[in-house]
Amino acid sequence: MFLTVTLSLIEGLGSALQLFLLTLLFALPLGLIIAFGSMSKCRPLSAATNVIVWIIRGTPLMLQLIIIFYGPGMWFDNNIWAFGSGRMAACVLAFVINYACYFSVIYRGGIEGVPVGQREAGEVLGMTKSQIFFKITLLQVVKRIVPPMSNEIITLVKDTSLARIIAIVELIKAGESYMKSDGITWPLFYTAVFYLLFVGILTILFNWVEKKLSYFR
Amino acid sequence: MAILEVKHIEKHFGATQVLKDISFSLEKGQALSIIGSSGSGKTTLLRCLNFLEKPDHGIISVNGNVIFDAQDSSTQLEKEIRKKRLHFGLVFQNFNLFPQYTALQNVTLARELMAKEHGNETKAEIEAAGMALLEQMGLADRAGHYPHQLSGGQQQRVAIARALALHPDILCFDEPTSALDPELTGEVLRVIRELAEKDTTMIIVTHEMAFARDVADHVIFMDEGVIVEQGDPKEVINNPKEERTRHFLARYTEG
Ligand SMILES: Nc1ncnc2c1ncn2[C@@H]1O[C@H](COP(=O)(O)OP(=O)(O)OP(=O)(O)O)[C@@H](O)[C@H]1O
Ligand SMILES: [Mg+2]
Repeated sequence: MFLTVTLSLIEGLGSALQLFLLTLLFALPLGLIIAFGSMSKCRPLSAATNVIVWIIRGTPLMLQLIIIFYGPGMWFDNNIWAFGSGRMAACVLAFVINYACYFSVIYRGGIEGVPVGQREAGEVLGMTKSQIFFKITLLQVVKRIVPPMSNEIITLVKDTSLARIIAIVELIKAGESYMKSDGITWPLFYTAVFYLLFVGILTILFNWVEKKLSYFR
Repeated sequence: MAILEVKHIEKHFGATQVLKDISFSLEKGQALSIIGSSGSGKTTLLRCLNFLEKPDHGIISVNGNVIFDAQDSSTQLEKEIRKKRLHFGLVFQNFNLFPQYTALQNVTLARELMAKEHGNETKAEIEAAGMALLEQMGLADRAGHYPHQLSGGQQQRVAIARALALHPDILCFDEPTSALDPELTGEVLRVIRELAEKDTTMIIVTHEMAFARDVADHVIFMDEGVIVEQGDPKEVINNPKEERTRHFLARYTEG
């Protein structure tokens, strides 16, 4: 029994991991684009970006997921998610939009947190804008954003459990199914072990990065 | 011929005029001190010279060549500004060292980037020159330290070496000691004094009146965006002609 449960939880972990990695893959760069949009000198662009970020951050991810998955079928009579891995695609889309907005706020804080004097010191030394960005600003921004990013990414691990509401069998749904079919609850608690391991590995990774960057202030 | 000539510089921030018809010139090898109360426009003037602010009016010439003319947009092309600003070096009040680089790397970074573009120097040559500058600043043993491992006075001396590395024609200092604890100002003033003795052309904004009087060849007193009085430092500081200068200096002699 233990083995079958473990195997089916590993399968659930697979979906969760897929969602986690795809979300990061797209949301990390998209967040940067949104951050630049929100800092743009072009007023309409920055205002529009800020409103979108406010809406996405101000509403539950679960609601966004439901709208993205059921919306096309309900309003346009066209369920665009009706293909093989459509559910996962819808889920990734919702997660990417949501997390890109959160990341954008972190990026923005990191970029704006670098004192203007750093840029000016580079300019006075005859550096180009791109030299200033890559040689001076970037690493300082990375150092600033690692702690808040690691928080957000650890939240993402746990948020993958939301995928079940559009019937993706992630960890918790996999564990819970044994409650209904076999009347046992321990598989549900067993899922916690998976989350703890997942988060534990990430924590070690982030601590290592933070330590790597601790040689300067 | 003057190495630097500034004519009729004006600068507004919104509706407030911060610099009003500023004109002065500076001879090669001379040290110019700018004194004046807070908000009189001293920093803004240095920032205009270093192309960190764009004057609304006026002309800046170096070695007889007009490098900036507010009326002539062909003197304001982004690409050329990068080259032109190298006539000037700027030492900031709060150092602005790059925290992720060592003292030596702070000094060599800009020159290494330039060598990558022009291929005129090797990394070893640049590093040797950087080490020589740190030695001149009395920091040879601190070359591998990161800024946060250095005292304020040491950081400011690294910043001076960093500015010198590009051999600016005119080195500008914006209150180089006012972010420092009193016991650390001496070491920074000493290296500036040594630079003056080597006939480095400098503009020093300072609140250290004794230093301005003893080290500078010329002093300018600014108040509310205008040059009120200028001349020989001993004359101006010991015997100011203008009421406003007297009023300003009184605060220093009393305290
Ligand atoms: N970026 C800016 N935007 C708006 N006003 C500014 C800006 N920079 C400076 N000012 C104003 O311009 C005036 C002159 O400022 P500046 O910093 O040049 O004075 P300062 O002589 O260097 O003073 P301090 O001795 O305090 O350093 C001040 O009234 C200041 O508030
Ligand atoms: Mg100032």
